[in-house]
Amino acid sequence: MARATGTRNLTMGTRARLARRRWGVFYQERIEPIFLYGRRNPSLIVGLAMLGTLLLFTVIGLLGYAQLEPHTNDPSQNTRLDAYVSGGAPVGDKRLPPSWCTWCEDIVELEGDKKPTLFQYPMGTDTQSRDLFATNLRGIPLTLGTGLIAGLLSVGIGTVTAFVAAYYRGLPDVLIRLLTDVGISIPGLLILIIIRIQLGTELLWWQLGAGLAAVGWVFSSRTVRSQVLVLREQPYVEIARQSGMSGLAIIFREMMPNLIPYITASFVASVAGAILASIGLEALGLGDFSSPSLGMTVYWVIQFGAITLGMWWWWLFPLAFIVIIFVSLFLISAGLDEWSNPRLRRQV
Amino acid sequence: MTIRANERLNPALDARPNPVLAFVSAFFGNFIVQRVLLFLLTVWVAATVIFILPRLTGQDPVKEKLLLEAQRGGSVQAGMNEMAQEYSARLGLDLPIQEQYINYITDLARLDFGYSIAYFPRTVNEIILDSIVWSIGLMTVTLFLAFVLGTGAGALLGWSRSPGWLSYAFMPLLTLSAIPQYMLGLVLMFVFAIILNWLPFFGAYSPGNLPEWSLSFVLDVLRHAILPALAILFSAVGFWAIGMRGMMINTQGEDFMIQADAKGLNGARIFVRYAIRNALLPQVTGLAISFGTLLTGAVLVEVLFQYPGLGNTLFYAIRVSDFFQITGIVMTIIISLAMATMVIDLIYPLIDPRVKYTQN
Repeated sequence: MARATGTRNLTMGTRARLARRRWGVFYQERIEPIFLYGRRNPSLIVGLAMLGTLLLFTVIGLLGYAQLEPHTNDPSQNTRLDAYVSGGAPVGDKRLPPSWCTWCEDIVELEGDKKPTLFQYPMGTDTQSRDLFATNLRGIPLTLGTGLIAGLLSVGIGTVTAFVAAYYRGLPDVLIRLLTDVGISIPGLLILIIIRIQLGTELLWWQLGAGLAAVGWVFSSRTVRSQVLVLREQPYVEIARQSGMSGLAIIFREMMPNLIPYITASFVASVAGAILASIGLEALGLGDFSSPSLGMTVYWVIQFGAITLGMWWWWLFPLAFIVIIFVSLFLISAGLDEWSNPRLRRQV
Repeated sequence: MTIRANERLNPALDARPNPVLAFVSAFFGNFIVQRVLLFLLTVWVAATVIFILPRLTGQDPVKEKLLLEAQRGGSVQAGMNEMAQEYSARLGLDLPIQEQYINYITDLARLDFGYSIAYFPRTVNEIILDSIVWSIGLMTVTLFLAFVLGTGAGALLGWSRSPGWLSYAFMPLLTLSAIPQYMLGLVLMFVFAIILNWLPFFGAYSPGNLPEWSLSFVLDVLRHAILPALAILFSAVGFWAIGMRGMMINTQGEDFMIQADAKGLNGARIFVRYAIRNALLPQVTGLAISFGTLLTGAVLVEVLFQYPGLGNTLFYAIRVSDFFQITGIVMTIIISLAMATMVIDLIYPLIDPRVKYTQN
């Protein structure tokens, strides 16, 4: 009876109890299955955790580092984060190993009073006295952003074309299939090299992402199309069609929920592919030279011969971030694979 | 009887099929013809995209190159326009665009990519021929080794009767396959060339050592190839192992495996003759995919190790913005990739008799 009268006359205690109970039901129904599923599918959880840790590190680093006083002579750069630009740090502070690495051999001898403090350059500086910690902090979101833009766009284009091709058949199907068949056998990176050289201008991170999507959508289109072809023969789609549901309603209400694992997997694969290609393009010297993205750091590492100079901190940290990004994306896609294709579930 | 009578009454059934139409439909219905047409279409689309894109931006590669040279040399830019026109005429860039396109396609059909702008008297073909030898040598050896090692590892990993400790090798393999080749190359270079100082870290042979057929030179080349090859190999092995492991798991669910077990064949025989032999087939289609990733990945590995293959030549062509050379190298890679995938598609029915390309 009390419940029927509504929540107006309830005391605070009862309200809290009800809320807790509602949370309990919510937890049992929605949250707990995720953990239970995670135990069955560890690679998905580990991958997500790795990516989450990297993002958390970047966000905390960006917020914290932006508060620090700049170690610079230039008054226009009022936070240490801006010091990623060449000349941001004092000019003498070039080729410094990470400051916490007291046992590291110095390449440039500094006088006693000019030595950096213990955490001044957590990842050292490069030959142009850029603070590499700031560079990497700025670079991770740029590189991930390029991949994200490319992934979203290519999955979007791929899904729409796949539906048009597989659902409506006929001439559009023939054209789209031909286009994807041709597109898959042309390496997108090479076409992008030509586009980039001809544009002459340096591509910003989101422009690079859009360019990568323009050559990468064929892969997701092919994946989704083959799934739509399977789904459209399913009895429930046939029933929906015969009961007079419109094409769009069938696509969104009947087919989409079953396609989500495939679309997500295709999205993750596109993001990984786009990041790989963007780093490749940048390492070839076709990136934005003023951008501190991870790929550009790789380019400078190769250009300045950081390996032969013995400046391990210049390439080891970006390398670690790139490896974390790829391994986590790989684990996520392996986990999604298991989700969408239960037959793959561990049989050995 | 009635049916026969009906047939005779129907004039459409008496009419013979048009032989030309029948030939055309049989010709284009043929899988081999379709596949060859797709190959030609792929190359044509790629070539056209590469032709059109530069013209859309309205830039003149020859003039730009000359201006760049002039700025570098610091010389006067007075006669620059005349010089650019002279070069344009010689390279056929002053013709109307449709004629340029026809020339370009016919040149491409003869695999003639014209002259290099940066090294003008030399043709692009000469430069490509010089460098492609190194690329092919590096790629074929690593491709073969990666296929054998990766497939073997995958077969063992997917086999349910393998020793238990083997399953621990799966995660490192997965991780290795997810890391870009040039990143592995950086680590290998640092460890083996800088810290340990065992192997050379750049070039295909020691400077001052001229190419010749002698044992010392061959050994020198092999020593230089080890690091770039390992960088490509590590990630490729993971790729093959993952695919093979999945196929082995699927194969073990097949009926013929139970039958082989029931016949009392010994484990090794079942493993090699029944499981591997069947699981191996889809790996061949993987070859087509791996060619693409391997080639584009190898471009950067070559740049990293300054290995004088196609990738490094492409890198230098990009740096001096030698447009004809870039086009030539890109088209060479695209054509060889398209050809490789076509050959694999065509020979696949011969390897796996279960796959038949039916005419429809």
